[in-house]
Amino acid sequence: MSHILRIENLHVAVDGKAILRGVNLEMKFGETHAMMGPNGSGKSTLGLAIAGHPNYVITEGTITLDGEDITEWEADQRARAGIFMAFQRPVAIPGVKTADFLRHAATNVRRPDRKEGEDLIPMREFRKELKAKMSQLKIDTEFARRYVNDGFSGGEMKRAEILTMAMLSPKFSILDETDSGLDADAVKLASASIAEIGRDKMGLLIITHHDKLLEHNPPQFTHVMLGGRIVETGGAELARELHDHGYDRIRKTYPDAEAANQEMLAKEEAVAV
Amino acid sequence: MTTTISRNDLAGFNQTGFNQLLERRIDPVWLTQARKDAWAAFESMGWPNPRDENWMRSDLRGFKLDRYQPINESETQSVENAPVRLIQGVNVGGSLRSENGVVTTESLDPKYAAQGVIFGSLSRCARDHAELVKKYLHSQIDIHADRFAALQAAMWTDGYFLYVPKNVVVDKPLHIHAAMGDGKVDVTHVLVILEEGAETTVLFESTSPNDDAGGFHCGGLEFVLNARSNLRFVGLQDWGCGTWHFAHKRARVGQDANLQWTIAAMGSRFAQVDQQVALVGPGASSHVNGVMFTRDKQHLTYNTIQQHSAPHCTSDFLYKAVLQDRSRTVWRGMIKVDVGADKTDGYQRNDNLLLSDNARADSIPGLEIKADDVRCTHGSTSGRVDEELIFYAQSRGFTRVEAVRLIVTGFFQQIFDRVTIESVREALGVAIARQVRQYE
Repeated sequence: MSHILRIENLHVAVDGKAILRGVNLEMKFGETHAMMGPNGSGKSTLGLAIAGHPNYVITEGTITLDGEDITEWEADQRARAGIFMAFQRPVAIPGVKTADFLRHAATNVRRPDRKEGEDLIPMREFRKELKAKMSQLKIDTEFARRYVNDGFSGGEMKRAEILTMAMLSPKFSILDETDSGLDADAVKLASASIAEIGRDKMGLLIITHHDKLLEHNPPQFTHVMLGGRIVETGGAELARELHDHGYDRIRKTYPDAEAANQEMLAKEEAVAV
Repeated sequence: MTTTISRNDLAGFNQTGFNQLLERRIDPVWLTQARKDAWAAFESMGWPNPRDENWMRSDLRGFKLDRYQPINESETQSVENAPVRLIQGVNVGGSLRSENGVVTTESLDPKYAAQGVIFGSLSRCARDHAELVKKYLHSQIDIHADRFAALQAAMWTDGYFLYVPKNVVVDKPLHIHAAMGDGKVDVTHVLVILEEGAETTVLFESTSPNDDAGGFHCGGLEFVLNARSNLRFVGLQDWGCGTWHFAHKRARVGQDANLQWTIAAMGSRFAQVDQQVALVGPGASSHVNGVMFTRDKQHLTYNTIQQHSAPHCTSDFLYKAVLQDRSRTVWRGMIKVDVGADKTDGYQRNDNLLLSDNARADSIPGLEIKADDVRCTHGSTSGRVDEELIFYAQSRGFTRVEAVRLIVTGFFQQIFDRVTIESVREALGVAIARQVRQYE
């Protein structure tokens, strides 16, 4: 399979505030990309803009999937086309069982032209598949009966996101700090799970601060984001360098981007106050 | 023989109309007298005062009683195309169907009849089982509560009477279907008496031939649960959206008796429901669930009272509403605890989910406690549906409408979890999903 997700000169604003200032990125099916960068540099914004969050307004540039311009598409159209994002903080949907949610989601994604009200994947077939995936990911089957992300611990939420990824088998997955809030063992498990489900089976864009999540997913490409731009791209060794030594070298090498990053952080704090 | 009165001769809900009703009915003397007393009460009262707590959020200006004609119960009534929703795949133990407030079909499994269960037309039972009906009819509802209570007591055309003798268990649900034609009238009464240790389930639904149908429903409902009896009652109000709906509902729950009562209000343009559960014997308990789902300019008001008159009683009221378009709901909850009703456990909650900026939900919880040793909790929430939830579901391939439907269904799940009858859960789920429209 050959699929290409191409981001060209992407500018994104939130509440009228510019965050991304010209991001270029090309990912092929089967590749693993790491996206690193200090807080507030725009990593999550890139993920949410690709996923189609309505508050992340694309003011310039394009996103294309296999040559098709999806810049203006709704989030659900993108999901059906094969874009997936594992959220850093997925929201809870009280009263909706995880299994029911995933059955409906999987049906829509597998049959992109499904009309509302048409049949879902047969219950038996779906349960069997879900059970297999859960055991592969070492997730308790009791999970399926719980409400979507409702009362989940940090680790449970992240595993539920990976399970969702497994059920939807997208062409491209963006994993937004899937390691945040997890202890060392849980990160290890998450890393192994991502490799199990995603490695070579989709394009992976792993947003992270650390190299632990990359343990089982050595990136062919490591990108560094600063001030809303990708300022440097390297291989797996770049991820290790950033993890070991931090972003000082990057900040010094790209003073303009660093200034933009500081400006964005200041605005964020002003809003927070 | 009855004299046939043609439609043109019928007067409205006025003295002439009332006299005609008395003339054409074959009621026992005591009932005729009760009707006359109620009519006198109706005549002596004015329409509800907008300053009255129960009515201050209700706009009655569009309601004109003289637009409606009392139903002539001596004429054959028939309502076409009024669908039944609650008993898909259910094996019922008996059923009643009324058309325009006149019972036209009655059935009861002979095994229950043999045990002394009575389930039938209230008009008929007022003659055939006069002692029972006389003892309980309007024993709970105050006919002076307002003009609608008095009008209902004076001019009800028929109703549904259920009597379950001591220790008899009716193990199959009983079904009641009230169908009302477009622009017609339904003035009816539900009377359920459970003797000591009796048990039964009743599924009640009211429907119109189409979603927009008009009409006037003026109803009364009374449950009397004697010691250790158990009643599960589900009511689905699904009138057309042009219907005016007024009802007084009262339950009296005796020692160690249990009432599980689910009310789903989907239809009517205007509904004013006064609902009270009185816990009168130690250990009595009641669980009441309310589901409202409104659209267009619907305006539904529920005034609920949890009356604790005995110690060690439990009442648990949960009302949830989802509002669309320019619709409005009002929920007033009151837990009243009498002197001496110690160890009361009272709970009330109302949650509202607004799917439109133009919808409005008023939530007014209240406590009135005169006992010392009680535990009463109440709360309410109202808010717009969270856009982040919609985005999350969309990012998993749900369309926006599917996402909203999912969130709404989840919002009501807490109530579905409390409804122990599967066919009811399914029917409510379908009715709710049907209501969700394009959401901007």
